[in-house]
This record gives sequence, C-alpha cells and structure tokens, in this order.
Amino acid sequence: MQDTPFELGGLKFKSRLIVGTGKYRDFAETKAAVEESGAEIVTVAVRRVNITDRGKENLLDYVDPRRYQILPNTAGCFTAEEAIRTCRLAREVGVGDLVKLEVIGDKQTLFPDVAATLEAARVLVKEGFKVMPYVTDDPVTCLRLQELGCVAVMPLAAPIGSGLGIRNPFNLAIIIEQAKVPVIVDAGVGTASDAAEAMELGCDGVLMNTAIAGARDPIAMARAMKLAVEAGRLAYRAGRIERRLYATASSPLTGLIG
Amino acid sequence: MPGSIATSIILNGDPYPLGSDTPLTALLERLNMRRGRVAVEINREIVPKANYDATVVRVGDHVEIINFVGGG
Repeated sequence: MQDTPFELGGLKFKSRLIVGTGKYRDFAETKAAVEESGAEIVTVAVRRVNITDRGKENLLDYVDPRRYQILPNTAGCFTAEEAIRTCRLAREVGVGDLVKLEVIGDKQTLFPDVAATLEAARVLVKEGFKVMPYVTDDPVTCLRLQELGCVAVMPLAAPIGSGLGIRNPFNLAIIIEQAKVPVIVDAGVGTASDAAEAMELGCDGVLMNTAIAGARDPIAMARAMKLAVEAGRLAYRAGRIERRLYATASSPLTGLIG
Repeated sequence: MPGSIATSIILNGDPYPLGSDTPLTALLERLNMRRGRVAVEINREIVPKANYDATVVRVGDHVEIINFVGGG
C-alpha cells in the first residue's frame, strides 16, 4: 500500500517522524539515535556560540544538513519579538526557511502563549518563513494559524517532556478534521504506543525529543518510535473496525459439530 | 577599567577585547568559527553571509554570534 509523501511547505519526506537533538549524552549518541529513527527532519535550538571553549564541536558536524532537513526552533522565547529574531538568525545560518515556532507562556507547564504565537506567525509568514507552530490542542487556534499561512500546525499531546501521551484525542480529531495543512503532534509522547495512537488518529506526523533521548536505551527507543509511527500510519490508512459493545464471532456459527 | 572598555566589543553579552575596525572574517577566524555554522548580528542587525567580507566590527559594537545546539 503506497503512501502519499509527507509534504511540508513544498518539501517532500518519506518519514513522518521528526526528532529533536536535545538531552543526549553527546553528539555521537545524538547521531546514532537520529539515524536509527529514520527521521529526515531534525529539530535544533538556536543559542549563542561558546566563546571560551572554541575547540567545541558543532552539532551540524554530526547531523549533516545535506542529509537532513534542519528545523530550527525558538525554544526559550517568551515573546513574539524574541521568537522572530531567533528565526531570522536561524535562517541566516543557511539551512532553509522551515522553522518550528514556539513562544512559551509559562515556565512550569511550557504551554504556548497563543496570542504571541499568532503574532509571531503573522510576521514570519510575511517574511517568507515556512512556519510550523507548536500550539495548544485548541481547534480554533489551529484554524487561525492555518489561515495565517503556516505550513503545518503542531498541537501538543501533553506538556513538553512529560511523557503523558495523548491527553485529548477528541480535540486532536477535530483539529485533524478541520486542517488543510499537516497536523503534527508535538510534545507529550512518552512511548511507542503514544506515537502509534497519534498516527492512528490521522495525524500526519509526530515530533518528539525526550521520549527518545530520555529512554534508558535511546537508540532502541528511536527504532521503536520509527516502527510505531509506521504502524500507526498504516493502521490509519487501513481503516480500523468500528468499536462495538457486544461480541461478533470470528468463527462461523454454522456447521458446528453435533 | 576604562582602558579595556575602549578597545573592546560586547560579544554575546560580555566585553571582548578587539582592536579597532576588525574585519568580521578576522573575528570569526580568531574564534575558530566557520561561516556555514553561524549567524551574526551587529547592533541588532543581521549581517547577511554575502556581506561578511565587507563588514568591519567597530569598538563598542554589540555582536551576537549564534549556532545550532541540541534541542527539541
């Protein structure tokens, strides 16, 4: 069963799993986990270079931008202005126009500041960025972001790094039904079944970092997530059976012995 | 120390000693940074890669140099 490509702002991908590069032991482990995940899109953060430790290796020496689509994020930004500035700098590094927009509204929950996210999205889209906003699982906000010209919407499944899984599948279902752009679950995935569930609901992709990097064996979990996203996608396309309250026999009810 | 301030820039938020009118490319070289791995702002204005060779860093300039690090 041939799947359609995963398309984001005119770019086509085979893998529907997007992985982050934070929280790994070192760059070698990051590289190994990214490879094992089969992901083609990889998120990175934008930070000041380390002036005092000049010999330090660069992440892009391990995650080759010629092989992977680099997706810079605006993590740590609490205002639209900071997020816009971060995106402009990220683009100037030279890895393209795709950005993961996140404007955080609260330090403890890391839930997005929706008003600031909309404001930043409006400016960034006008400047030619392909904006992928991290957002609350709110159908109306997702619609607004889509109307502004974002190339995807990325509702959270649960708080960033929480591993709580998909807390509101019904909102996600509404978002998916309304969306004309890809819907990517971003944040909250804890284990493979969460990723599969997101795909079974009809999400176009899943973005995760901690679920892989924080696992006891990140490389094995990267593979588990790859398989889960593939399995969930295939199940979605195959079309699951209806849920029924009572049994329906799997074996014939005729021809029974004696 | 006023003397050190007079011959320095603010690099990523901290004073950094630098001779007057240093080419940006010389600063990047001194920091061992490849242009394909960083982006530069001078006084809040992004310096496009194409302008690196013609850009000079002046005493008192606020310079930001960023790169990509692990993140989700």
